[in-house]
Amino acid sequence: MLFPLPSSVAEPLRVAITGAGIVSSLGVGWKTNAHGFRAGRAGFRPVSLFDVSRHRVRRAAEVDLPLELPSTRLKPHHAGRLDRAGRMLLLAAEEAWRQAGWEPGNDIPLILGTTAGGMAMGETYFCRAQSIRGRSSGQATRAVHYQPQVQGRMVADALGFNGLISVLSNACASGSNAIGQAWKVIRQGQAKRVVAGGYDALSQLVFSGFDALQALSPTICRPFDAHRDGLALGEGAAVLTLEPLEDARRRGAVILGEIIGYSSAIDQHHLTQPHPQGDTALAVMRQACEMARITPDQIDYVNAHGTGTMLNDSAEAMAISRWAGAHAPALPVSSTKAGIGHLLGAAGAVEAVVCLMALREQWLPMQAAFESPDPACLFPIVRAPRDARVAHALSNSFGFGGVNATLVLRRWP
Amino acid sequence: MSHVYVAGLGAVSPAGWGVASTCKAVCLGSPLADQQLERPGWGKLLRARLVPNPPQRPAFLAHPRLRRASPITHYAAAAALEAWSRPRSLQSGPLQIGVVACLQAGCVNYSCRFFGETLKDPQTASPLLFPETVYAAPASHVTALLENVAVTYTLVGDPGCYLEGIALAAQWLAEKLVDVCIVFGAEETNWILADALRHLDGTASLAAGAGALCLCRDPGLSMGVELAAITDAHTYSAERTRADSARAMRRQLPSSSSSELLCDGRGTGVQVNAPETAAWGDWRGMRLSPKRVLGEGLMAGAAWQCVIACEALAGGQADAANVSIVGSNQQAIGARFLRTPVAEPAMDPSQKCEVRT
Repeated sequence: MLFPLPSSVAEPLRVAITGAGIVSSLGVGWKTNAHGFRAGRAGFRPVSLFDVSRHRVRRAAEVDLPLELPSTRLKPHHAGRLDRAGRMLLLAAEEAWRQAGWEPGNDIPLILGTTAGGMAMGETYFCRAQSIRGRSSGQATRAVHYQPQVQGRMVADALGFNGLISVLSNACASGSNAIGQAWKVIRQGQAKRVVAGGYDALSQLVFSGFDALQALSPTICRPFDAHRDGLALGEGAAVLTLEPLEDARRRGAVILGEIIGYSSAIDQHHLTQPHPQGDTALAVMRQACEMARITPDQIDYVNAHGTGTMLNDSAEAMAISRWAGAHAPALPVSSTKAGIGHLLGAAGAVEAVVCLMALREQWLPMQAAFESPDPACLFPIVRAPRDARVAHALSNSFGFGGVNATLVLRRWP
Repeated sequence: MSHVYVAGLGAVSPAGWGVASTCKAVCLGSPLADQQLERPGWGKLLRARLVPNPPQRPAFLAHPRLRRASPITHYAAAAALEAWSRPRSLQSGPLQIGVVACLQAGCVNYSCRFFGETLKDPQTASPLLFPETVYAAPASHVTALLENVAVTYTLVGDPGCYLEGIALAAQWLAEKLVDVCIVFGAEETNWILADALRHLDGTASLAAGAGALCLCRDPGLSMGVELAAITDAHTYSAERTRADSARAMRRQLPSSSSSELLCDGRGTGVQVNAPETAAWGDWRGMRLSPKRVLGEGLMAGAAWQCVIACEALAGGQADAANVSIVGSNQQAIGARFLRTPVAEPAMDPSQKCEVRT
């Protein structure tokens, strides 16, 4: 039953990550992405998915999807209904599932974050409905399959599990919220296994929206740079498998890391603008660290939300500087959006996997595009490939509408 | 066991603005009249049941955040504020509020308008519209209207997702993350949504509006209704049909008695309803089917089911109420509410509706 809730465990359970899958413009899979993030590669190119000839900005971080999907339980005609977003989600989920070595089963919740789901399919529906008088070939399928919960069902079918499917759409914090919610479910003993992540594909509507807002950088996305001029959009997916640490140890699973803290709160300042002092961002970083029972000086790396817009980065820089206090000058920070763009609903999940890579492989994800720091940055930006001791990492995600979320991850062992 | 109570209700529907008009229409049982929507470039008209204009302009529309908000936000705000009005009047000190927004189609009006502008000329597409297209916009605006909001989530799914939202709110209350939590389901109509529904259930009339429950931990804020249970989410899969899921959901809720109400999710389509009709074939208690009166409100429809069930309990029309949702493409899920003693009269008795069996 979803209510009453199962009796809470006496002590909150420790939560292990035993599988991680990632798709970004740097490639498909952990290895390719880790190599790219470590080297500070950038995955931007002219947009080819739709016509941008009349747009102000014409570049984004597109994913090169493989022609074939991995072999799963999904029947070919069902797999054929997956759009670009669904295919990225499946690729990431399959990698995580395989890595975890999980067997199919029931009662495995799937918690996803997305802002647009199958928006591209919705766009096709719109265009066909306007252009074809009365003909409706394929429209019923589009009407169903653009919905994110249906994409979630396809992934569950593909991997052979069943359970509650939750889709969180808290704008650009969605991916972090999905992972945070999954963490709470395991920690409170409400499930033994959870699949969680985020995904979003580039779509014409969303690209045009950010272009219309003049939020896209016409040059190079340079988060926290004093001369930054906007964000760059990307697409991708990341999925984690979470389970109680003790269960993972008992079955001899490879433990990639632990999630130890999470917080989410709402910034009521404005629909699209953060509080200029970063008050809510500061609050969620503090709360997540309190929950993790660590202090800022124990954090070895911050993966910032760092979109590259004037307002976000100055507010976040204020928040990180205030939160870190005296530790700020020694706190490495980077925004991997400089390399793969802003992945919206996937951003928090992908960035959690980037933190996991840093924790597991002991390097700092570098931010190639950066020249001179915003005056609010009292912390250093990681500007060159660098090995480092990383025991704890913190990831920030802030969304349109004001939802702020922070995750704290710990190296294992 | 954590106790969760219903502190307030809110609704906007094609029957009007407020719980009273929605409940009254459902209790009368006559389907509301359809209006017609034009699909661009298509001769035939599409059916929909629109929300009538409010008798007077709601005061909350003066809030600067709502100047450009779309109808879905107006409906959500009206329902949420109505649900919040009762506990707000009873609170002895500031309460930490949670907000869970549940949507299926979401902000279709501005999405279509903005995308249409983009296709014509992206250089003149309105930047004011785009932020209102995101699923998170209604929750953000509602949060701005309320005070002391600690946490806000937007959930997307088929109508069963509304009960997921209730379960999430119950979790936040149990964690003491919030003192009260407003859970709203909201939708708006436009031609594209009516067209999509035509493909999936040709008999249905699309409906717009919102419904909201305000849940609390403090029995002193209760309107005499307690949340007793939410079943598992019986998700459809390659191996589990809607009928299988509906039966599994039914098995998790008690058998009927004459003093209990079933508020089901059946609309007008016999085929679409078949799994739910079969699952509840044993039901002998009172029964309401709000969609048959109000139309297919998607997530708002699920919220109306809960509002109507809770209102019937608060009004003493039943001792317990089951809510059954056999969603369109995700899950079958049910809830059970109980009538409990109340510290003070819940609502004006003249606004109570008589439940028909």
